[in-house]
Amino acid sequence: MMFNVEIYISLKKTVADPQGATIKHALESLGHKNLLDVRMGKFIKIKINSNDKSQAEKQAVDFCQKLLANPVIEDYSIKIEEVK
Amino acid sequence: MKFGVVVFPGSNCDSDCYHVISDVIKQPVEYIWHKNKKLGNYDCLIVPGGFSYGDYLRCGAIARFSPIMKEVIDFANSGGLVIGICNGFQILLEAGLLPGAMLRNKNLHFICRFVKLKVENTNTPFTSKYDRGQIVRIPIAHNEGNYFIDDEGLKELQKNDQIIFRYHGENPNGALDNIAGIVNKKHNVLGMMPHPERSSEKELGSEDGLPIFKSIVAWLGEK
Repeated sequence: MMFNVEIYISLKKTVADPQGATIKHALESLGHKNLLDVRMGKFIKIKINSNDKSQAEKQAVDFCQKLLANPVIEDYSIKIEEVK
Repeated sequence: MKFGVVVFPGSNCDSDCYHVISDVIKQPVEYIWHKNKKLGNYDCLIVPGGFSYGDYLRCGAIARFSPIMKEVIDFANSGGLVIGICNGFQILLEAGLLPGAMLRNKNLHFICRFVKLKVENTNTPFTSKYDRGQIVRIPIAHNEGNYFIDDEGLKELQKNDQIIFRYHGENPNGALDNIAGIVNKKHNVLGMMPHPERSSEKELGSEDGLPIFKSIVAWLGEK
């Protein structure tokens, strides 16, 4: 089975995000006055072959913990869907 | 006494480090290609600055998995002297040889200029030739030098005298507690954002980085 793995990485809530703050400022200068918060992150899309979804999920967690995210400053979330 | 300068694809301060070791302090030095799986006989390893692997993903995140890094980690864990400068510092953080992580500079700019540093601890193999509290002028050149660590980690650094250099007068990048350079608990691994190899000759506008290399030579000589 083939799975689409989508990984979102963002700075932890406790870590200041100067890029997000600058983007918020730019959006506000376009006239959007109702923005509460802007956080900037990374999006990584991976296609993998796996026998089942839980196996693919386990592997994706491993990607994040070993390489894709830095646990000192970043959180990650994973979305997995089978490609039919 | 032999120095090794680790070279990754994208390193760009490797020649500067090599030059200072061979021509200024006149010690034996060799380049070490990152694909090497075996480390020769070295007394001090330099992980130089640059943009290893184009800074893809996070600065130092990919270089940290180069074959040579396993050897560098073993060398450091057995007490060998390792100094990571700029991107080299970022690589040592990613490799877990030093605690914390780097964020983008607070003002989002790449900053390339001289800064003032305060030498906070001279009781290390890297700083014995400075005076405690001495103010030195050494250049920085980075986009991600905004040092971060959690509260508990910061307390550990302070308690163990691991903060070696602090930005003095102004904090150029937003680094926590003005941190510009730290050592590990055993004090044999130094990471610093400023470039001592760019400030070891009068012709370059400052010789304030030179005591680091002289300290290492003195420490190795006494060993």
